[in-house]
Amino acid sequence: MAEEKGVKLLDLWSSPFGQRCRIALAEKEVEYEYKEENLSDKSELLLKSNPIYKKIPVLIHDGKPVCESLIIVQYIDEVWPSKTPILPSDPYARAQARFWADYVDKKVYECGTRLWKLKGEALQEAKEEFILILKTLEAELGDKKYFGGETFGLVDIALVPFTSWFYSYETYAGFSIEQECSKLVSWAKRCKERASVAKTLYEPKKIHEFVGYLRKKYGAE
Amino acid sequence: MSRSNVVLLDHWVSPYAMRVRIALWEKGVEFESRQQDLGNKSELLLRSNPIYKKAPVLLHDDKPLCESLIIVEYIDEVWPSPPLLPSSSYERATARFWADFIDKKFAEAAIKTWRSARSAEELEAARNEFFETLKQLEEFLGEKDYFGGETFGLVDLALIPFWSWFSAYEKFGGFKIESPKLSAWIQRCMERESVAKALPAQEKVLEFVCMLRKIFGFDQ
Repeated sequence: MAEEKGVKLLDLWSSPFGQRCRIALAEKEVEYEYKEENLSDKSELLLKSNPIYKKIPVLIHDGKPVCESLIIVQYIDEVWPSKTPILPSDPYARAQARFWADYVDKKVYECGTRLWKLKGEALQEAKEEFILILKTLEAELGDKKYFGGETFGLVDIALVPFTSWFYSYETYAGFSIEQECSKLVSWAKRCKERASVAKTLYEPKKIHEFVGYLRKKYGAE
Repeated sequence: MSRSNVVLLDHWVSPYAMRVRIALWEKGVEFESRQQDLGNKSELLLRSNPIYKKAPVLLHDDKPLCESLIIVEYIDEVWPSPPLLPSSSYERATARFWADFIDKKFAEAAIKTWRSARSAEELEAARNEFFETLKQLEEFLGEKDYFGGETFGLVDLALIPFWSWFSAYEKFGGFKIESPKLSAWIQRCMERESVAKALPAQEKVLEFVCMLRKIFGFDQ
């Protein structure tokens, strides 16, 4: 009953959700095999490993799949606990971290997507909503170095991949995130000084190219 | 040393609040339940959950915790016995995945059966989605006593509250829920004191949903 040993990540280069996992693995210095998936032609392995959602990212550890990015990140934190903790040890602080990571999940991606997909009235509404979401996050960050305080953690990992998309959001919706939320922009710069983040995130211009392709695909152009 | 103070900003019909009540009773934690009027939200609720302004909110020594599954994990960590989450990291990830599935897929489909489906087509789609997610849950349950295996845990606790809403789903969804596997599991859960205490009678929930539908402008 030999199980394939090791760590494999089924992913898509531009996915913010996949990047969360890559950042976590890098923080823990875990060696893994990266497998780029073609989402128009999903691999047998992906469909078998995530039969419920058929989505990336999927972490496969010693042959066993883990799905859903925040669940994967928490799993990584539990399996490799000795290096740089991603969740704090205090239960109340952990609950707060989970709450805000969940807030990012519920709000940022869905609203951000509307910023590059929609036009006119609907786009204006999405813009207002998005600014409110960012301001809420910024208020939670306050004057802390990271969302978790002194240590880079779950909420930072949950949010930082979306910062590469800021340029596209700004361009299509016509606003400046620097102007609206300068503290958040400073926080993003601090995160990018970490090797795990620097080597995982793509340049905004590259993401912008990708968003251009998505817009054509969804008929938003 | 003073006893810790646990207050639940509660709502009798909310499956999410039921989850928290079940968890607290499973752990034998004494708490004060304060029923919330969601049509006229209290200062305390708005202050404790400014982001979503919803119940349940757990106040532990006045510190607020929001979002039912997050509250349940907190309860499990602060009062570790008996454990609601498994000890192996992989099984924990699996439990979290299915609890999240219940929130993302099952609960969404369930809500559509009585609240959002406006046309016959929408209702048909809602019905199909409901049964699809139920089937996926049944498959995951398999031959196990509980979703987590031999002991009552996170996934069981996440799902069982919705059983109190089954009459409402059936009536407005226009279907009958028949699953011998799930029925056996439901019975097992209902034998637990925490669950029996936490779930309101289906008739009461149905009455409540009828009233809500009138408010939302459905029906008759």
